[in-house]
This record gives sequence, structure tokens and C-alpha cells, in this order.
Amino acid sequence: MIEANLPLLVPLTLLIPALLIPLIGLRAPGAAYPLALAAVLASIPLAGFGLFRVIAGGPISYTLGGWEAPIGIEFVLDPLASFLTLLVTVVSCLVLIHARRVASVEHPDKRVPYYSLVLLLLAGFCGILSTGDLFNLYVFLEISSLAGYGLVAIGDKRSPVAAYRYLILGSVGTGFYLLGTGFIYVMSGSLNMADVARILPHILHQPPVLAGLILMVTGIGLKTALFPLHFWLPDAYSSAPSASSALLAPLGTKIGAYVLIRVLFFVFDPAAVEQRLPITSVIAWLSAGGVLYGSLMALAQQELKRMLAYSSVAQIGYIGLGLGMANPLGFTGAVLHILNHALMKAALFLVAGNLRAQLGHSNIAAMDHRLSRQMPWSMAAFVVGALSMIGLPPTAGFFSKWYLVLGGIQGSYWVFVAVILLGGLLNTLYFFRVIERVYLPFRKGLPGHAAANGEPGIVENKEARFSMLAPTLILAAALLVLGLTSSFLVNRVIQPMIPAGLL
Amino acid sequence: MNDLSTYPSAVPLLAILVSAASVPLIGISARRPNLREFWTLLAAGAKFALVLSLLPSALVNRVAETRLFEISPGIDLTLRADPFGVFFALIASGLWILTSFYSIGYVRGLKEKHQTRYFASFALCLSATLGVAFAANLLTFVIFFEILTISTYPLVIHKQTPEAIAAGRKYLAFTLTAGVVLIAAMAAVLQLTGTLDFQPGGLRAFQDLSPVAVKILFGMFLAGVGVKGAIMPLHAWLPAAMAAPTPVSALLHAVAVVKSGVFGVVRVADFLFGPETLGRFGLNEVMLWLAGSTILLASCLAFAEDNLKRRLAYSTVGHLSYVVLGAGLLSPTGLVGGLMHIANHATMKIVLFFCAGAIYVNAHKEKISELDGIGRAMPWTMGAFALASLGLAGVPPVNGFVSKWYLGLGALEGGSVAVVTILLISGLLNAGYFVPIVYRAFFKQSEQFNSIGEASAWMVVPLLLAAGLSALLGLMPDLFFHFFSLAKQIAAQVMEASIP
Repeated sequence: MIEANLPLLVPLTLLIPALLIPLIGLRAPGAAYPLALAAVLASIPLAGFGLFRVIAGGPISYTLGGWEAPIGIEFVLDPLASFLTLLVTVVSCLVLIHARRVASVEHPDKRVPYYSLVLLLLAGFCGILSTGDLFNLYVFLEISSLAGYGLVAIGDKRSPVAAYRYLILGSVGTGFYLLGTGFIYVMSGSLNMADVARILPHILHQPPVLAGLILMVTGIGLKTALFPLHFWLPDAYSSAPSASSALLAPLGTKIGAYVLIRVLFFVFDPAAVEQRLPITSVIAWLSAGGVLYGSLMALAQQELKRMLAYSSVAQIGYIGLGLGMANPLGFTGAVLHILNHALMKAALFLVAGNLRAQLGHSNIAAMDHRLSRQMPWSMAAFVVGALSMIGLPPTAGFFSKWYLVLGGIQGSYWVFVAVILLGGLLNTLYFFRVIERVYLPFRKGLPGHAAANGEPGIVENKEARFSMLAPTLILAAALLVLGLTSSFLVNRVIQPMIPAGLL
Repeated sequence: MNDLSTYPSAVPLLAILVSAASVPLIGISARRPNLREFWTLLAAGAKFALVLSLLPSALVNRVAETRLFEISPGIDLTLRADPFGVFFALIASGLWILTSFYSIGYVRGLKEKHQTRYFASFALCLSATLGVAFAANLLTFVIFFEILTISTYPLVIHKQTPEAIAAGRKYLAFTLTAGVVLIAAMAAVLQLTGTLDFQPGGLRAFQDLSPVAVKILFGMFLAGVGVKGAIMPLHAWLPAAMAAPTPVSALLHAVAVVKSGVFGVVRVADFLFGPETLGRFGLNEVMLWLAGSTILLASCLAFAEDNLKRRLAYSTVGHLSYVVLGAGLLSPTGLVGGLMHIANHATMKIVLFFCAGAIYVNAHKEKISELDGIGRAMPWTMGAFALASLGLAGVPPVNGFVSKWYLGLGALEGGSVAVVTILLISGLLNAGYFVPIVYRAFFKQSEQFNSIGEASAWMVVPLLLAAGLSALLGLMPDLFFHFFSLAKQIAAQVMEASIP
């Protein structure tokens, strides 16, 4: 019974409490957090069960109201969707546990809307993942986007401006997607993804179909912050409150990447499209630019969250590179990087949140070696996250890059291989800049020159409290565990989701 | 008779993990230095015992293997205690025991800060080194190689002076870039040949590839592992890394890290590409040219250094290339010489570094020009120094002579007079930059050291043991650890397998 309903169950588990929280919050603001946490906690076993069933028995389909597709709206849980649903629920659960304290420090009077918006955002994400309908996907995209604008706007004085920019550009992005969907609908007469995928080979030669694809990819590219459509991201992520950015940065762009995969590889056939339109090559080349641009910009930032935001631009570039290679190894690397980057970025943003909560800032220039004594565990988590971002074995980050490099060599994309590896070195530069500052004695105003006496003396312990530290450390530990188990994941989970068009 | 047979065993894994397991113990004993050092010594002893237990079966070509789990489709994380791995692991873990005792005397004598971090990183480095030694395929090798890179970093910047931090940056810049090149080369090999397994004599698949591809790949590998092996022009990080405490320079920058580099060169040359491929594509010429010029240049540069540890570092750069030279000769005798030099240079150079550290702790001198008359104050220390430096110059009966002898024989077998000349010149240059130190210490007069004596027994005893070992291994190369038998065995396997 549960099994058949699984595709819609996770979004609903999150959506209904999202609507309840404002009502209950009127009377009892304190109930907002337990309710939100309970909803996310309940969604994890559902998502886990979904992944288990899908891997064991193939995709699960659910037709809304019993109206069969293509007339009715279909929800489909396939390996890719169920895997990412689990990822979204687990990461958001950890972030939510962490957020309780951060939210009460950074925006104490806005907790009820915050938790409601978080659940709305997650409901939107899970809806995007499990829908099998192009227009329905747009609806969920808007739900999650609107919640996202709200989450950014909750922050400090600058955040409404960033949220406004985010709103305008996000709306342009979803608008492009909707327009593209309209083109496809007019030409194919269907909105159901599987149905459209069946019809497309017959009409692919018609210009409106290709125009529709370009519009959709452009729109999704904006939502994914695919270089050069990334310009809204650094502002939005760095001025959003820490509790929001820790949720949006690891998950938001990944959902965009998912939609890109869904449209490009499952609705369209990349090989057939490539004969008429070099869309995967364009994505790959732009992504390569993004890797370099994002890394260089990250190097120039003085604020930790802003640095991490630019780093996201670079990491999305890695995902785009893997997809753009359009071969199984590149695809594997891209999906693995979606997982790894979500965990790494979550861990790093949680550390940034810990810093903001405990020190009141996350300014790199104001950090010094006392920090490693004041917050030893948070900084240790930062180091693990950084090593994974750099891509050093045996952390998870190494293995996604390993598959990307293998994919690059398989397709003889030598430039991309060089970019992937060079990006790793640039990562080293901007992360070790922070690590050196935190662990080694630097005299103020003299970057690169250490003070003669390295002893920090007696320092006050300012470590974040347990509810913030535990999620941070769990994520950091997961990076090590996932590194060593990545092969299992690739064989059992990612292999079944490689689209037929790539094999 | 030289075929390897494997049997499943957890010993290689345990040998690696035992020092990593001591890291948390060292961490929680931070406030009780004696207990903390006990963990280090216990781990060092256990590690050496475990490695030693692998020796008998390795000598009869029975190879202990730990196959863990798949880390990339078709590639398992596999550890294999083959003769070459055991050879290197014996040297690294054996000298770790001496270094641990010495470290205790050194850091306490200098009242160093961050001692817990120091001992913990040290233990982690040794785990990674044994991982490098026992790696059965390239991916496993690279994983431990990179762990070694990162775990050495805290030791390089240990003193936290501007000099040390700059050295740390330089070290990371060189080694991480090399790691990236290595990963790219490894990915290419996997795509082109479908396997990453090390096997004596190398993979046949290379011979079917285009010459350009093989040459580019070999160049990338040589750069990737050669940075740690300090092959010129990739050596610049090593003299800078002398900013680290002396026991670190002694074990890591004379034995574990740099030898992992040349170990990697031999692994790649003889177990991945294979002598036949090297010969067919003229790649061994590249190795010989690089190694030969490194030996001569480094020896010349050593003259210019007045800082004792930096002079030793340049000497290390030169001697590491002896091993590369041995692999490049493509003859069994030459390879034996190169392999023996991995062991022999280790025992000798560690003595020299131990001496430099003892001088620094007792007399606070780092410059050679300030050492006039120190031999009278520290006769045992400087006596050991004299013995080891003669050994490095190739004077019998110290073990340095043995490796040079076999290198020379190997070169003559191949009719390579140039290599023999390089060996002879290098011996003279070695004598040239070491003898003045000994001369100053014993034959120049100075009042400045009247008030000091030998360093503490924690330091002097390990130093003398290492010096004694160097002399004994020179007289009886097969004593205790069967280094000579192992070296012959490895060379025979590699060369036999490559005969078409």
C-alpha cells in the first residue's frame, strides 16, 4: 500500500506541516521547530524505503487521482529521483538540527516563517524530484523558488536586496523553463516526460523543439547557477542567514542540476540532439569556464560564506563538466559529485554558521590561530571538508573527481581533464589560505608573515554547542565514509540510473 | 622458482593500521608525556614486529595479501607484502623505532611545543609509508601517497616560524601538483590498459600503445612520483623542508617520504611499465640522464651550503638518484645496487641527521663553519658522523660501498662507462663535502665547546646503533634482515618476467 504511494508521500509529508506551522505558530511559536523536525525525520525513512524498493524492484509510478498518464499527472520514483530524495531529506535534517540555535541567534523573531518556508522549500525539492510531468515540475520549481526567496530575505539588512535580485533572476529562469515547456507541449501535444520522450525522436528535426530545449536549458542553467548564469548566487548565499544558506547552498543548485539531467538525458536523447545542436558540448565548455572562474573568484574573497559561494560556482562547473561529457563515466562522476558536493558544502556552511554564532562574523581576514584552540572541532570539520573539496584521497571528493577524470580520458577531452585537475589545485590555494590562518600564527596586517612566537596562550573555549557541532561532525565523518564506500554506491545505486542514451 | 604465490592474511593491514591506531591514544594522553611516548614506542615496536613476521614468507616468494573492498569499479583496495614492499617496509618501520627514541630525547631536550601533534603526525606518516610499500595496485598506492603528503605537512611547519610556513607552502605546492599529475596519468593507464595492478616486469599492454602515449605517460609518472624522490629539477622543496625538526628530517626526509618517492619510481618503472617497455621506448635513457645530472648537480650544490642540514639535504637529493640510476640501468645487478641503496642510504643518512640534531640540541649550532673542535666535546656523535659520511662517499667497509659496487657492476655489464664515471666523480664529491666537516670537528681547535659533552643517551644510543648497523650491513649485507637476498630476488623477478 505504502509502496505504490511512495512517489507522492515524501513531498506531502513535508508540504502539509509546512502549511500547518503558520497556523499552530500563531498560538505556540515554540511548536514550529519540533513540528518541522518531525516532518523531516518522518520523510527520511520514507525516502530510504523508496530508494530501497526502487533499487530492488525498479521505478515506482503513481498517477494522481487515478488519471492515467499522459492525461493525468504522473509521479515516478526512479533510481536517480529516489537517491536524491534521500540526499535532500538527510542533509536537510542535519541542517535543521543545526539551524535551531543559529535561527534563534540570527533572526529570533522570524522563526515561525523560517521553519514553514524550510518545509515548503523541501516539499518543492522533493516534488521536483518525483514528478514525471514537465509542467508539474515547473509548479514545484516555483514553490521551492518562492520559499527560497523568502529564506534569503529573512536575513540581515542587505538580504532583502539580494533576495530581490534572486527573485528577479530566479523568475526569469523559471519563466524561460516554462516557455520552453510550452514549445515542447505545442509540438508534441504532451507534458508527461515519458510520453514526450517517446514522441520527440519523430519531431526532433523541427526548429521549435530545439528552441524549446534551448529555452529550458537556459532557464535551468539560471536556477543551477551554471556559469555564466551564476551572478545571482554569491550575493544570495552570502547575505542569506546562515540557517538558510546552509540549506540552499548544498541543495538548491543540485536540484537545478537534477532538472538538467532529467530534461537533457531522459526526456531528450543527448546523442540525437548533439547531431543538430552541440548543447552538451556548450554546457561542458561553459562549465570548464565556471570551474576556473569560480575558483579564482573564491581566491579573492575575504568573507568565508562568500568564498564558499564562489566555490559552489566552481563545483557546479564540475557537475556540468561530467554531464557535458555525455558518457557513462562522466555521468557517474557528475551524480557522485552532486552527492559529495551537497555533503561537503553543507559541512562547510555549517562551520561558517558555527563561526557566525560564536564569533559574530565569518570574516577570513579577522581569523587567527587562536581559532583552532577556541573551536577545535569545528575547525577540524572544516579541514576535512576542505580536503574533500580539494579532492584528496580517501575523502569523498577524490572519487567524484576520479570518475570525472576517467570520463574525460574516455572521451579524449584533454582540456577538461586539465581543468578538473587545475581546479583541484586552485581549491588547495583558497582552502589552505584559511587553514594556514586558523592554525598558524600570523601577525595582523602582514599576510604571509608569521609572528615570531606561535603560542596562542590561554584561549577561551568558544566551541559551538552540541546541537550545532554534532551535525557538522556527522557530515565531516560522512565524507570519509562515503569516500571508501563510493564504489558500492556507484555499482548499486548510480549504475542503474545511467540513462539508456549514454550506454 | 621466482613465481609469486599469494595467501590471504591480515598482517599487511595490521602493520599499516597499528601506528594509525596509536594516533587517538597519543591524542588523549596529551597531558601525560610519558604515557604518550609509551604509545609511540609500542606502536613502533609492534609495527616492526608485524613487518618482520612477513619477511620469512616473502623470502620464499609467498606473499601475504589483504584484499579489502572495491574502491573503483574493478579495482580493490589491496595490500600485498611482496618482497619489494617488505624490503621498504622493513627499513621504514625499523628506523622508526630508532627515530622514536631519538625524538623523545630531541623534543624534550629542546622543550619543543606541540609535541602531541608532532608524535601523532609522525605515527600517521608511518602508516601511510607502509601503505605505499604494500600497495598492490596504483590506486591504492596513490591513496597512501597522498595521505603521506598531507600527514607530513604538520611536521614541516612544526616550528611555525615564517621560514617553516614558507617551507610548508613550497612542500604542498610541489607534492600536491605532483599528486594531480599522478592521478591524471593513473586514469589514463586505467583507460588504456584496463588494469592498475603492479606486477614484476610490468604490464604487457604498454607495448601495444603508441610510442608517444607511452612517453608522455612515463613522463607524467616520473614527475608525479619524482617530486617526492627529489629528482632535479623537482627537488627544491627538500632543502626548504629542512626547517622541520631534525628527527623529521632524519626519518621522513631521508627515509620515509623521499624513499617513498624513489620506491614509487621503481614500482612504476619495473612493476608497471617494465624494463622491456622502458628499453624499447628509450625511457631508461631519460631516467639515466635525469639521475646522472641530479647526482652531479646536487653534489656540487651541497658544497655551497654552510647550513649542515641543508648540506645533508642536497646530499640526499644526490643519493636518491642512485636508486633511479639503478632502475634505469635495466640490468639485474644494477637494480640490486639501486635497491640496496634504498636501505643503505637510509641507515647512513639517518646517522648524519641524528648527529646534526644532537649538535643542535647540545651546542645550538646549525652552521658547519661554527663546528670547529666539536669532535672533542662530542666524540661518539662525531665519530659516527665520520663513519657514515665515509660510507656515503663509498669507502668500504661501510654499506654505501656495497650499493655503489653493484651499481658500478651493473653499469659495466651494460657497457655504460659514463655511469661508472658519474659514480666515481660523485664518490669524490661526497668525500669533498663531508671530509671538511669531520676535519673541522676533530682537527681544528676551539674553546667554545669546552663546557658541553655528549647529548642525552636517548639520542646518542640510537645514533650509534644506526652507525653500527651501517658498518655491519657493509660487511654482511644479508645480516638480520636479508636485504641482499630480497634485493636479488626482486631484481630476478623483474628481469625474468620481462624476458620475452
